[in-house]
Amino acid sequence: MDMNQYLDLFLEESAEHLQSFNEKLLELEANPDRLDLLDEIFRAAHTLKGMSATMGYESIAQVTHKMENLLDKLRSRKIDLNANIFNCLFRSVDALESMTEMIKEGQNPQLEDEELINELLALEKGENYVSPKAKSEEKIENDKIEEKEEDYSLNIQFNEYEERLLKTAQEKGMQIWAIKVSIADSCLMKGVRAFMVFRNMESIGEIIKSDPSVQDIEDEKFDKSFGLVIVSSHHENVIKSKLDSISEVTLEALENIKELTVEKTEDEEPSKAEEIKQDKANGAGQKKQDTMTNGKKHQVHQTVRVDIGRLDKLMSLVGELVINKTRLEQINASQEMTGLNETIEQINRITTDLQSVVQNVRMVGIEQVFNRFPRMVRDLAKDLGKKVNLILEGKETELDRTVIDEIGDPLLHLIRNAIDHGLESPDERLALQKNVEGVLKLSAKHEGNHVIIEVEDDGKGINVEKIKQKAIDKGFLTVAQAENCDRQTILNLIFEPGFSTAKKVTDVSGRGVGLDVVKSKIQTLNGQIHLETQEGEGTRFVVKLPLTLAIIQALLVKTQAEIYAIPLGNIDETTSLEHQQIKNVQGQQVMVLRGKVLPLVFIKDILAVPGDKEQKEMYVVVVRKGEQQIGLVVDELVGQQEIVINSLGKLLTGLPGIAGASVLGDGRVSLILDIGTLF
Amino acid sequence: MAEVKQTNDNKEIYKTGQGEQNMGSTDEKQYVAFELAHEEYAVDILSVREIIRRTDITRVPKAPPFVKGVINLRGTIIPVIDSHLRFKLHPEEITDNSRIVVFNMDDITIGMTVDYVTEVLRLSEDQIEKQHSVNSIDNLFIKGIGKVEDRLLIILNLEKVLDLGTQQAKE
Repeated sequence: MDMNQYLDLFLEESAEHLQSFNEKLLELEANPDRLDLLDEIFRAAHTLKGMSATMGYESIAQVTHKMENLLDKLRSRKIDLNANIFNCLFRSVDALESMTEMIKEGQNPQLEDEELINELLALEKGENYVSPKAKSEEKIENDKIEEKEEDYSLNIQFNEYEERLLKTAQEKGMQIWAIKVSIADSCLMKGVRAFMVFRNMESIGEIIKSDPSVQDIEDEKFDKSFGLVIVSSHHENVIKSKLDSISEVTLEALENIKELTVEKTEDEEPSKAEEIKQDKANGAGQKKQDTMTNGKKHQVHQTVRVDIGRLDKLMSLVGELVINKTRLEQINASQEMTGLNETIEQINRITTDLQSVVQNVRMVGIEQVFNRFPRMVRDLAKDLGKKVNLILEGKETELDRTVIDEIGDPLLHLIRNAIDHGLESPDERLALQKNVEGVLKLSAKHEGNHVIIEVEDDGKGINVEKIKQKAIDKGFLTVAQAENCDRQTILNLIFEPGFSTAKKVTDVSGRGVGLDVVKSKIQTLNGQIHLETQEGEGTRFVVKLPLTLAIIQALLVKTQAEIYAIPLGNIDETTSLEHQQIKNVQGQQVMVLRGKVLPLVFIKDILAVPGDKEQKEMYVVVVRKGEQQIGLVVDELVGQQEIVINSLGKLLTGLPGIAGASVLGDGRVSLILDIGTLF
Repeated sequence: MAEVKQTNDNKEIYKTGQGEQNMGSTDEKQYVAFELAHEEYAVDILSVREIIRRTDITRVPKAPPFVKGVINLRGTIIPVIDSHLRFKLHPEEITDNSRIVVFNMDDITIGMTVDYVTEVLRLSEDQIEKQHSVNSIDNLFIKGIGKVEDRLLIILNLEKVLDLGTQQAKE
């Protein structure tokens, strides 16, 4: 069978599972008592194993299988969690990530971390793996193995939700039964037998809890016995007979529970009982649903995975519709027709709605990007011996898919910078009477047509004087210039290529390829970045990005007969210009705008626009290229408009000054100017 | 002939299932013939997507000179090549007969201005002669010369003509 068509799906899903893996592991590390997290981790490993085995990636299946074994033991409390296990699991996730990366690059996945399997195996046996190289000084903590297997006393714990359910049932006069059944060793399809048990029990009552979870039972993830708690108004004998009617199943224990033991939980997710109902309702389709909802079970939405290319196509069709709508309006304006008028208004409304729906479809929560940071921050903080409290805010903020894909790396860079250079080490912080734990805040929010992302730390801040000195040393500024520059200008120098203030080059940052790359990346996304800092108190980077890349607000300008679109994000202001206002300074044409000298660039000249119609009055569009302001001289300002960005196609990419093209209301094509490369 | 044969084979694979081909004898192919500066040219019909009337062409600054600009083809923006400049002919005069032939090459759609689309005709392999250097067009752009009665058709090598990386005809 040709697997290629499933490859994308596989890669995408495994990325999701690994993501959830990472998150849950982190959560678990923080609250080791939460068994439900272990369940989810286990499920993620299991699904990954299944998927990779189906796709024929044995090495992935092997690792996940070993992980699964270890997790299973953890879950049944045969082994206790310890730091070694966490490290090993994190490493396994890393290994899996790098293997999926290999698949993405078209290679056969290889396990690079060869010791991993051995370590997993050792840990599973309850031993601490001692790497031949490493000197592990940690003590073996394997004496707490619980023999739950042979323990027939039904000691099932309930969470609050389940407890409530049970209480209500009791009030209604129903009995709570704890049941333990075992399935014969000879049985080939344990899952089916288990399913029959469930079905029979549901016919006489309601299943509140099962141990292990329903999911695992259906996946045959139990040795030979499992426990159930049901509420039923039927007599003990009815339950017994119902169970006896299933062959190869024996009832090990049946207990009437009178008093409830409640397990404390801060868990807000739907409880197991609800899950059971849900799972049961889904019957056979259950497994599929599992893969879709795994890792984010708290929000079960129906979703469809769609190729982004199709959405782009849809988007361009809608764009076309808008253009044709405009044409209709123009026709209507010239020849009054009452019937047509109404219809056009309707069409207008529909297309506007359609446009916003399609735009919304492309929107993705920034969660996707943010989610990978907790793990990274944890690792980095450990490596650098710092304590970091990462706060994520505004995860639900939505951005266009294309922006989401691009923004991850720049943010990663900013975060690394903050941890490496911004936050002090615990000792330093203690000396400064700060909280030992440094705060790193990552937040996102909407602001008009933009999204503002902030990376803020409460570290040592940036020493402006140091930057000034560095700039002089490196020849970015002369001493005289440095004296005249304001604070912000100096600060912005750190975005210059080749400017790094790190005293020593670490693995993390300080190689001089830092912030300039971040800045240029953000600029290619039509965004802006600036920073605020207070020495001793911290630094805040503010990134401003447009919501979408496909549709932008632009100013249409006319030069001779040609119309060009300038993205509004680049424009500071517009003003009119008369010939006598143009001055010459060293061969450069300039104008004086509110006391400041503004260099002028004539669109007609730089784009070699044909035609020589004389203009009495001209207009200046003041655009910003980095910190520099320039006046673009045009003949006419046509107006502000939302335009759909189209590429010029493969053959004409990379033309300087041209960012793309857009179809105007009259069907003509107008080019979009790229201020960054125009002059 | 080997080179011509090969590209033809590729086309066959590319367009299988279109049902247009193979109506005559097996080595006969259909060509779209058009006029440029009073000379007749022909291109394989399978690479032609459509023929449209001249519309407004938006000039693209800083593009290669033989790129006349871009047009809006029902919402898609495609580049248009000025054939007169590409083949170093006299500048074109726009008439009622002027057309833009839109080609599909691999996954690229690109247009080319022509003076007049004459007809669709069939040519068999033996009617095509591989010839070097005709008139002002460098042989890079020419696949061969088709002979139909007393007419001579320059059969274009579209891959080269439409490849913007290929330089203009050599002096």
